[in-house]
Amino acid sequence: MSEAREAILGRVREALGRGPVPADTAAQLEQRLSTHRRNLVPRRAAVLDPAGRVELFVAMAEEVQTTVARVASRDAVPEAVARYLASENLPAELVMAPDPVLDDFPWAERPLLHIRRGRAEPGDAVGLTPCFAAIAETGTLMLLSGAERPTTINFLPDTHIVIVGADQVVASYEDGWDRLRARAGTSGAQAMPRTVNFVTGPSRTGDIEQRIQLGAHGPRRLHIILVEDEGRTEDAQTGASR
Amino acid sequence: MQPTSDTFPENARAGLANDTLQQALAMARTGFPLRRAQAVARLPEFEALREAGKAIKDHTLAHLDFYLEKWERNVIAAGGQVHWARTAEEARAIVLGLCRAVDARTVTKGKSMVAEEIGLNDHLEANGITPVETDLGEYIIQLRHEPPSHIIAPAIHLVKEQVADTFRGAHGALDPARPLTEPRQLCDEARDVLRPQFLAADVGITGANFLVAETGSSIIVTNEGNGDLTQTLPRVHIVMASLEKVVPTLEDATTLLRLLARSATGQEFSTYTTVSTGPRRAGDRDGPEQYHVVLLDNGRSKMLGSEFQPMLRCIRCAACMNHCPVYAAVGGHAYGWVYPGPMGAVLTPSLIGIEKAGHLPNASTFCGRCESVCPMKIPLPAMMRHWREREFAQRLSPPAYRSGLRLWAWIARRPALYHALAGLASRALGWAGARRGRFRSLPLAAGWTAVRDMPAPQGRSFHALWAGHQAAARRQ
Repeated sequence: MSEAREAILGRVREALGRGPVPADTAAQLEQRLSTHRRNLVPRRAAVLDPAGRVELFVAMAEEVQTTVARVASRDAVPEAVARYLASENLPAELVMAPDPVLDDFPWAERPLLHIRRGRAEPGDAVGLTPCFAAIAETGTLMLLSGAERPTTINFLPDTHIVIVGADQVVASYEDGWDRLRARAGTSGAQAMPRTVNFVTGPSRTGDIEQRIQLGAHGPRRLHIILVEDEGRTEDAQTGASR
Repeated sequence: MQPTSDTFPENARAGLANDTLQQALAMARTGFPLRRAQAVARLPEFEALREAGKAIKDHTLAHLDFYLEKWERNVIAAGGQVHWARTAEEARAIVLGLCRAVDARTVTKGKSMVAEEIGLNDHLEANGITPVETDLGEYIIQLRHEPPSHIIAPAIHLVKEQVADTFRGAHGALDPARPLTEPRQLCDEARDVLRPQFLAADVGITGANFLVAETGSSIIVTNEGNGDLTQTLPRVHIVMASLEKVVPTLEDATTLLRLLARSATGQEFSTYTTVSTGPRRAGDRDGPEQYHVVLLDNGRSKMLGSEFQPMLRCIRCAACMNHCPVYAAVGGHAYGWVYPGPMGAVLTPSLIGIEKAGHLPNASTFCGRCESVCPMKIPLPAMMRHWREREFAQRLSPPAYRSGLRLWAWIARRPALYHALAGLASRALGWAGARRGRFRSLPLAAGWTAVRDMPAPQGRSFHALWAGHQAAARRQ
């Protein structure tokens, strides 16, 4: 409906008392768009060193009922996954993102852990994904969609396990956007995957008498396995070589 | 929906007399303000963020045409489509057309106030398409054929026993003896019932908290994850948005997101914040094949450049209604349309006309709490006053009220006369009420004294005291 489009834009300009923005103003606005100027960023996480950011991330995540297991290296991840599933009385069976970043974890050392790679299907009880960044400010995970990271894993299974490398922990959402633009080598629509999911704790609702219930429609449990001594899990998503 | 804002006084009386509603509202009026205050106290920069957020919105509105065109170009670059709608009718027709193009039979919906505003569900149903609300609160009120009573907690007017009755009526295939006494059981039942609907839907419709010009993205914020299942599983994703949702950059949206959850529910950040840009990409294993945004005007461009422009800064957090003594007393349905509380009292007359919604800007004590908690610093009381002025100017208020107001204005503009009359009235009332100290009823003020006593004036007036104070100060 281009007629409606022209009518609406015309009314907007009339209300603002001008025609289309003049060229010099447009240039200033383009400049504002392309510099990605930050507005006020809270000091809470920005003032911390990397170790402090990790501590804040864990504390904020646990505050919203995310559980966190910390392991020394990626070699310990399969065992941590198996231990978590057993502790929650969940079957040792999961759907895992087909992201190559997860390939060289020693999954074979846990032969009883049944792993399928692909998108989530109805009936999948447990999903496992990498993440792109972890925002210390609020204990938030930043997940990107893609051929190797189907978003259904983030939402369909009852339990979502996320592998986070310690150096994926950044202070603010703005740091996350910078990493996203750096990964794409560009900005604007071209830098964006279909979805960027910020996830802060398991699904919840307060719609009945404002009493919070976990697991409204998305996962009932969100479990993070934090790999302390490495950040290689980030590399495949950023496209950097190992 | 047909607005009933013109019967606000009757609606409000019904709300006040409804014991169940009062029970539900009692739970809301303490919880939300407390949690917001705690979240604000934890973030020293909160006040500065409010200023930053306001500046972003003011800048965007001043260049709205530029940013909308920029946003549209980027949506198209990402493979999406934008559909401009001047009116609710045009928007409904666009959505129906998109659904019919894929022979849609069922449509899942995330919570969208714009969809409520245009009455989308009724239109789809009338045309043989079944809309299924998936936000728990929206699902409950859809089953009850009720409008939302709150913009972020649509079923806040209900207690759990009413939800249980609704579910027993609607979910007839389930064991009638099942226990449904706790929110946990109700939540689980809704999850079980809605999961197959998510999987079966042909089209998913969500709202948008923000549109990002820089990237052509739409952003939704939810706690349940229903919005994500709604937009990920069907073949077609339709976003319902209005003009004022656009912001320049991801950084700008981020600043507003820091304000939104804290102001709304007192959370540091909502559980799911999802930034969507276009449809499924080559190689993607899931996600919609089509991504559409329906961009609605419906009266907003008329607010631009008027005294109501600041209302277009609203990010729909509901802090104003969560802190409003009038809303807390009468509930959201009394306001008679989709937007209740102080923001509704300003927005509703803009969208459906002051002649239908004149009661709403009058339903305020002007206590100012709404403005003091608004993350966008919208001067809500001042704008309600603008509506009262317009109502007066358009001769919409009752004749007795208007002539009374005119008489008062005539006197108030003559200070000597005003002081003489006020002094006379105060002495007369003080004398007449000296014995009891208060009045049970007063001529011409029955509306006031019907529900409370009027205290009798005592001693000297403020003006007299002040004059004495000033004179004493001069003598020193």
